[in-house]
Amino acid sequence: MSRVLSYAEAVREALRQAMEEDPTVILLGEDIGTYGGAFGVTDGLLERFGPERVRDTPISEAAITGCSIGAALTGLRPVLEIQFMDFITLCMEQLVLQAAKIRYMFGGRAQVPLVVRTPAGAGTGAAAQHSESLEAWFVHVPGLKVVSPSTPRDAKGLLLASIRDPNPVIFVEHKLLYRTRGDVPEEPYEIPLGRGDVKREGRDVTVVATSGMVPRALAAAERLADEGISVEVVDPRTLRPLDTDTIIQSVQKTGRVVIVYEGVKTLGVGAEIAALIAESDALYYLQAPVVRLGGGGVPNTLQSAVGTGGSSAGRRHRPGRSAGTGRVRDECLDL
Amino acid sequence: MVEALPAERLRAMLRTMLLIRAFEEKAEELYGAGLVHGTMHLSIGQEAVAVGICEALRPDDYILSTHRGHGHCLAKGADVRRMMAEFLGKETGYCRGRGGSMHIADLESGNLGANGIVAGGLPIAAGVGLSIQIRRTGQVCVAFFGDGAANEGAFHESLNLASIWELPVVFVCENNQYAMSMPVRQSMRVERIADRACAYGIPGRTVDGMDVLAVFAAAQEAVARARQGHGPTLLECVTYRYRGHSKSDRQRYRSREEVQRWRARDPIEQLRRLLESSGVFGGGEYERLVREVREQVEEAVRFAEASPEPDPAALLEAVYA
Repeated sequence: MSRVLSYAEAVREALRQAMEEDPTVILLGEDIGTYGGAFGVTDGLLERFGPERVRDTPISEAAITGCSIGAALTGLRPVLEIQFMDFITLCMEQLVLQAAKIRYMFGGRAQVPLVVRTPAGAGTGAAAQHSESLEAWFVHVPGLKVVSPSTPRDAKGLLLASIRDPNPVIFVEHKLLYRTRGDVPEEPYEIPLGRGDVKREGRDVTVVATSGMVPRALAAAERLADEGISVEVVDPRTLRPLDTDTIIQSVQKTGRVVIVYEGVKTLGVGAEIAALIAESDALYYLQAPVVRLGGGGVPNTLQSAVGTGGSSAGRRHRPGRSAGTGRVRDECLDL
Repeated sequence: MVEALPAERLRAMLRTMLLIRAFEEKAEELYGAGLVHGTMHLSIGQEAVAVGICEALRPDDYILSTHRGHGHCLAKGADVRRMMAEFLGKETGYCRGRGGSMHIADLESGNLGANGIVAGGLPIAAGVGLSIQIRRTGQVCVAFFGDGAANEGAFHESLNLASIWELPVVFVCENNQYAMSMPVRQSMRVERIADRACAYGIPGRTVDGMDVLAVFAAAQEAVARARQGHGPTLLECVTYRYRGHSKSDRQRYRSREEVQRWRARDPIEQLRRLLESSGVFGGGEYERLVREVREQVEEAVRFAEASPEPDPAALLEAVYA
């Protein structure tokens, strides 16, 4: 049976169900217990599971990351919350040089079943050090998986799959999605990592959008439908492994593609997706150049952007917001 | 102290120190002969720390090791043949030749791996301690690290974490006087690295790391404390590496005289003299032990040399489980 939950509630339900079914699942993070998490995601879990399994940690990102790795290496399944994705810069050595490589360096004789949940994205007015979308950094690292759900239903199913996965997973949640709502099945279920989803079918142009850009792409598609343009929206859902088949099939169908992502455009996730399209047979189906809409080469600011319906979205959001606009249509899509 | 330990145990400790030294001297020889691709970090001179600490551990206890980790690995019970095979990058090595000298892990003996990142193992050790605490297994985790690691942020974060959660971890600092070329005296103001323990509200102790029995006694105390649930200890073992940091080290930062002064306090010689003067060892017994471990190492080399190289086609395996 399914009912409507927010994205944050869906994440919380996945955590609760994972902890109920598996006593080795523990949560660690700054302010996840009594406070309930900086975004309230872990609210109530301390009361439900106690302080041994829901651990408030000191502000020591490197140590709590390594601590989660050590626990994962010896039989637990830790889920670590890094309060803002910006702070994951303090965890890089442990994630990139330890978690990602331990299994390989040890000849496949060890595993690190670790999930690092972290809220990413701009749009909350939190300025340049609390607004990062750094997922591309981790997609670049063999040994890590990177997941970035865009709906409550995907968030729950992908988080359960991530927790049960024997590899380290960076689970990117978007701050602006936490309050979005949607149908979520009540029972535990998994959405396999590495399988994308066509969020809206269309004929004329494919928009590959990730994370917080998915609802924006869907809204743009809705507006463009009024103008007679049929947009297909593909959400990869997992960035590593990436479901290239779904993307390529869609591009072969529509012959046009716009890739929309919030991280910095240069060498971002969209660069990889564009390259994969160019390396595939989909290239022969393209009727227009590939268009990438990514974050500008500038740190986020407090200023709200023009025409965002009153939100305080930073400059990073302009490209995504523009995905379905006439400007994009005229300048980019060649429609 | 000699009376407190049975002769067989003392003999075994000396044998392990000799085995470590024989392994590393052979490693050096193989490297010199061009049989090893890459580099290596030798712990010759520091054997008493590895052996004194691991002697205080149960077989199911854990260790996390460092780039200078051959001694820790052998002292924790690794098979010399599989270690040598790993050193030579062979498929029969502990890590199927993927790790090499700097990343030997022997999970069955509780060795969760050597680490190429200074202080990289310390946060992981805290997590192993947390896992032990939650699984209630009564195990202990030892984190080996050098004096250089004591200036990394991970050191401070990890000691604090282990302290506040009373984790069963023993932090063992092998203070061998130099972080590559940087002398301890120039890299910190405190007299002893163990003094830093007070900042985390845990016991800190400095012991003579050239005296295996002193290391063992201090380790026993720290391990017992951890096992009883009273939390971590910072144990500083003052020691010295006879060789350079790695194979490219011209050792401009120290004098031959200094090296000679430390060699005069050689940990193996100290224990040998003790065993001979106390009558535990009869004439010729030491020489017999030396021959025994050398033959064991030679046999390991034969095993490794006869072992297959990893199949290049398989090198893409094991990135993901």
